Amino acid sequence: MEEKRYYQKEIETMPLEEIRRVQSEKIVKQVRNVYDNVKYYRDLMDEKGVKPEDIKGIEDIHKLPFVSKSDLREAYPFGMLARPLSECVRIHSTSGTTGKRVVAYYTQHDIDLWDECCARAIVAAGGSKDDVCQISYGFGLFTGGAGLNGGSHKVGCLTLPMSSGNTDRQMQFIMDMGATILCCTPSYAAYLGESLAENGYGPEDIPLKAGIFGAEPWTEEMRQSIQNTLGIKAYDIYGLTELSGPGVSYECEEQRGMHINEDHFYAEIINPDTGEPLPEGEIGELVFTSLDKEAFPLLRYRTRDLCRLTREKCSCGRTHVRMSKPLGRSDDMMIIRGVNVFPSQIEAVLLNEGYTPNYQIIVDRVNNTDTFDINVELTPDQFSDRVKDIADMEKKLVGAMRSMLGIGPKVHLLPPKSVVRSEGKAVRVIDKRKLHD
Amino acid sequence: MSIRQLSVFVQNEAGKLQEITDCLYASNIDIRALSVAETQDFGIFRLIVDDIDKAVSALQEEGHIVKITDVIGCKLEDRPGGLARIVKVISAIGVNMEYMYAFLTKSDSAYLVIRVEDNDAVEAALRARDIPLLEESDVTAL
Repeated sequence: MEEKRYYQKEIETMPLEEIRRVQSEKIVKQVRNVYDNVKYYRDLMDEKGVKPEDIKGIEDIHKLPFVSKSDLREAYPFGMLARPLSECVRIHSTSGTTGKRVVAYYTQHDIDLWDECCARAIVAAGGSKDDVCQISYGFGLFTGGAGLNGGSHKVGCLTLPMSSGNTDRQMQFIMDMGATILCCTPSYAAYLGESLAENGYGPEDIPLKAGIFGAEPWTEEMRQSIQNTLGIKAYDIYGLTELSGPGVSYECEEQRGMHINEDHFYAEIINPDTGEPLPEGEIGELVFTSLDKEAFPLLRYRTRDLCRLTREKCSCGRTHVRMSKPLGRSDDMMIIRGVNVFPSQIEAVLLNEGYTPNYQIIVDRVNNTDTFDINVELTPDQFSDRVKDIADMEKKLVGAMRSMLGIGPKVHLLPPKSVVRSEGKAVRVIDKRKLHD
Repeated sequence: MSIRQLSVFVQNEAGKLQEITDCLYASNIDIRALSVAETQDFGIFRLIVDDIDKAVSALQEEGHIVKITDVIGCKLEDRPGGLARIVKVISAIGVNMEYMYAFLTKSDSAYLVIRVEDNDAVEAALRARDIPLLEESDVTAL
C-alpha cells in the first residue's frame, strides 16, 4: 500500500530542510550554467550587477533578475538555449494565443525529469501499473498529451494515447478498454461526461475512477459537476510549457491545493507591481525557477498567474509546498468598464445558480462604452412556456453576476448545444474590442 | 378536462424555427394550433398537435428543449362578442390570463386555447356559463 501512494516517496516526503539543501545545491550549479552558456542571462545578470558567486544558496535567489514572456519572445528562437541543439531531443511550443509562440527545448534529462513529475501526479491521483490511463489531451507541440503520456509510461499504466477530439471514439475506448484514469482539459471532461450521459451511461456504468485535468482554469463547482457525471475524483494539475509542461504541481487525494515539485521547481510569490516577495499565504504572482533543467532553464520566470502558497501540513504525507488554484492568469483578466473580471468568477456564479458550465463571454465596445454579454445554455428542467419565467431567470442571473463582479452583464439564455464546444482549450472569451484598437 | 400543449425553446436566429418544423414534418405530426412568443434572444413556440407524445420524443431526440403544459380549450361562437364573453367570465373571477390563442375550424365555431394559473377555477367558471370545454381528443379528432 505504502509504495502505491507515492511515485518517489523519499523525495515527495522529504523534510523542508532537506528540500532546501537540494535546492541550494541545484541553484548554485544552475546559475553558473546559465551565466556561462546563455548570453541573454549573462547580460541580464551583469546589468543587475550579480555574479554567479553571489548565489551561495537558495536564499540568495532574490538577487537574480526576473525573466518574463517578453524576454522569451525577444530571445526567440535560440537565445535562451543553454545546451547545443545536438544535445536536445525534442521541442514543444505554446499555442501563441497571446502573441508569438514560446518554444521550449528538452534534453533527454529534461524529458525524464518532466515524465517523473507527471508520474508523481498520476500516482497521487491513485494510479498504479494496474490502471488504464486514457490521455485525451492534444498530442503534438502542445505539452499536455506528451507529458501525461510520459508519466503514465513511467507508472506502468496501460496508456491510451488518444489525443483530443473524436468524442465517439473517446467514449468507445473508455467503455471498451475499461479506462480508469482520464487526462484532458476540464472543459473536455465536462463535455465527455455530457456525451456519455446522453448515450445512457451513468456514473456507475463508467469504469473511470480518477481524472487529471489541467491546461485551463476551472472552478471548484466545475470539479463537483465533473465528479458527479463521471463518478470519479477529479484532480487538478498545473504547468507551463516554459517550465516543461503539466506536472510542475499536482493535487493529492486531499484535493486542497497542488504540491509543487520543489526539487525541480522553486516557487516564489511576489507583488506583481513592485516585484517584492510576499509572505506565505498572501496572494501574488507566481514566479518559478527551474533548478535542474538543462536545455531551457528559466530563472525567476514570472508566470502572470495569481495564487497563494501554503506549507501547512498535508495529510497525504507530501512535504512539498502547495499552491492554490490560480485565481486567474493576468492574461485572462478582462477589464470591462474599468472593473477586473475573471472568467472563473462567471463560471462559479453559473454553477451556483444551477446552470451548466457551457458559456461564452462576449465583450465589445459600442460608442466608446464596453458591452458585456454572456451566452448561457438553458437546461430542459429550467424551460418554461411563459416568457416571464425565463425573463425572471435572466434577471436573477444578472443580479448574481452583479453582486460577484460589481458590474452587470447582459445574459442571453440559449438552447442546449448553442454554445460551441471545444475539444481542447475552451474559448470562453471573445473580446472584440481588440479589433478596434 | 384540459389539453396538453407542447412548448419548444427556439433561439431567435435565422433557420432555428425551421429545424423544429422540419422535425415535426419528418415525424408526420399534424399541427392543430400554434402561437409564438418572442424576445430579442429567444422564442417560445407553442403548439397543439395531433400526437403530442410522438412530437415530444422526436424533438427531444434532436436535442430540443420541450415542455408540456396543461391548458384550457373551449369552444366559442364565431361571431362578434364571442371572445368578449369568455374573457368577461375569466375576469370576473379575478384570474390572470397568461396568454391565449384562437383557431377556426371547418364548422361555424372557433376554438380558444387559454393558459391561466388556476385551471380548476377557470374551468368551473366556464362550465357554470355553459361554455363548452374541449378535451384533448376533441382537438386531435379535428
